[in-house]
Amino acid sequence: MSLVADLGIAFGRVAFVMLFVLNTAAILGWVERKQSAIMQDRIGANRASIFGIRALGLFHPLADTLKMLTKEDFRPARADKVLFSLAPFVSVVFALVAFASIPFGDTLTIGDRVIPLQAVTLNVGILYVFAMLSLGVYGVMMAGWSSGNNFALLGGQRAAALMISAEIAIGASVMGVIMIYGSLNMMDIARAQGQLLWGWLPKWGIITQPLAFILFLTAGIAATKRIPFDFPEGESEIIGYNVEYSGMKFGMFLMTDMVETTVLAGLCTALFLGGWQVPYLYAEGFHFPWGAELLLSPLAVTVLQVSAFVTKVAVMIFILMLIRWTLPRFRYDQAMKLGWLGLFPLSILNIVLTGALVLAWGAR
Amino acid sequence: MNLGQRFYLREVLSGLGLTAGHFFRNMGKHIARSLGKKDARGAVTIQYPEERRPLSPRLRTLHRLVRREDGSPRCVACMMCETVCPARCIYIVAEEHPNPEIEKMPQRFDIDLGKCVFCGYCVEACPEDAIRMDTGILEFSAYDRQSMIYTKERLLSLEPAGTDGRPRSPIPIPPRRHP
Repeated sequence: MSLVADLGIAFGRVAFVMLFVLNTAAILGWVERKQSAIMQDRIGANRASIFGIRALGLFHPLADTLKMLTKEDFRPARADKVLFSLAPFVSVVFALVAFASIPFGDTLTIGDRVIPLQAVTLNVGILYVFAMLSLGVYGVMMAGWSSGNNFALLGGQRAAALMISAEIAIGASVMGVIMIYGSLNMMDIARAQGQLLWGWLPKWGIITQPLAFILFLTAGIAATKRIPFDFPEGESEIIGYNVEYSGMKFGMFLMTDMVETTVLAGLCTALFLGGWQVPYLYAEGFHFPWGAELLLSPLAVTVLQVSAFVTKVAVMIFILMLIRWTLPRFRYDQAMKLGWLGLFPLSILNIVLTGALVLAWGAR
Repeated sequence: MNLGQRFYLREVLSGLGLTAGHFFRNMGKHIARSLGKKDARGAVTIQYPEERRPLSPRLRTLHRLVRREDGSPRCVACMMCETVCPARCIYIVAEEHPNPEIEKMPQRFDIDLGKCVFCGYCVEACPEDAIRMDTGILEFSAYDRQSMIYTKERLLSLEPAGTDGRPRSPIPIPPRRHP
């Protein structure tokens, strides 16, 4: 009985995260179209309908998926059969599993069980997420190389170069956060961000590490291979690693982009925006710095925390989409210069500064 | 580029501010419209088949032949339009009019819209004001060239556009491709 319950709880945790990521990625296609349209004084795709119901164009992702599933799945004669078919799966799977150690709430107590609200409890959670995100580039490189197309190979090579320059800046910029909160466990980091600075300011990562947030966001956008760092694929102008792909395999590369955007938004939320923390909300209710109190039941607190996490992820996705539809593309050499001569030295500087501050104020 | 621009950050933020401003302003108008405020427009889009751009009354649209009281064409087959037409898309065959007061009438009056350049010279040249380009119809399309040739009967059946600028005759969109 207890084994069944344990299995059920584990399954539920994974299912929640999986459904959240997959559904967010699916809706992102709609968000991207509609948000860009509204930013550009347009209306956006709104013609797909079921029985005359248009629902603001929400059926377009569905129509796109149907279209991709029914399209011809072409494989070039000179492509490597196994790697060519494997590449999109590698790409999408690593992006999907990266979300697993991001916490979406504090612990939930049911009976005598204490359930941490994240898919997998890992004490090296940050390393795991970055490992998965870095492995994702293998899918892209495999796609470029196995296509038997020189342009695709060059696209894959550009993706690899971009990934390396971005990964280093990501890792180095997060070091400051790890030093401040003293843990690699993302649950611990999220929990530590619930403390208050000077008694009123939430100790979120964006407040203790503003420079690291900007560096992480920039490098993170580069890691998702989206505009302004989209020269690995360059949808309309330059040929990318996915030229030879068609049908749902192409769709899986698109989906990888969306999932990676979700993961990046989740990471920013967990590391810099206080994760599931609501300001001044503690396990038994709100304790405001001016003395007021509002006691809540544990279930209400959990619901508030999970919805705070989802809201923060949504806001981050909005900002990422805003950036994607505002900035022009960096050239290959400009992005390399930005990564190696801009982001990387600044992250090292951030580590040194953080170290000095932690030494001066004492480690927390 | 000066130092501030070389660091990207300030310029990026000002760009994001511009696009975000557009987003929130348009979003507010969209919401106001869905709440019933009909003059709020969040987009410049005209959703074409349902919504149409207002056309100038002087715009040259699909031709029509003006009818007399009895329904016969006002045209007297003087061949002025056929002569002046730079695209040579008008073909007229004249015949005797039953009324002795009127000398001639067209037996055939074909306009090949596949050739027409919409210069409006035929309207200018007509001494009888028998041909006009005021139907308001822009969507005459066909799947083959033969269907682009409009005959006398078809041109006679067209009505001028209404006072709101909308065409009053049915828009000739072919339903499906001929086999």
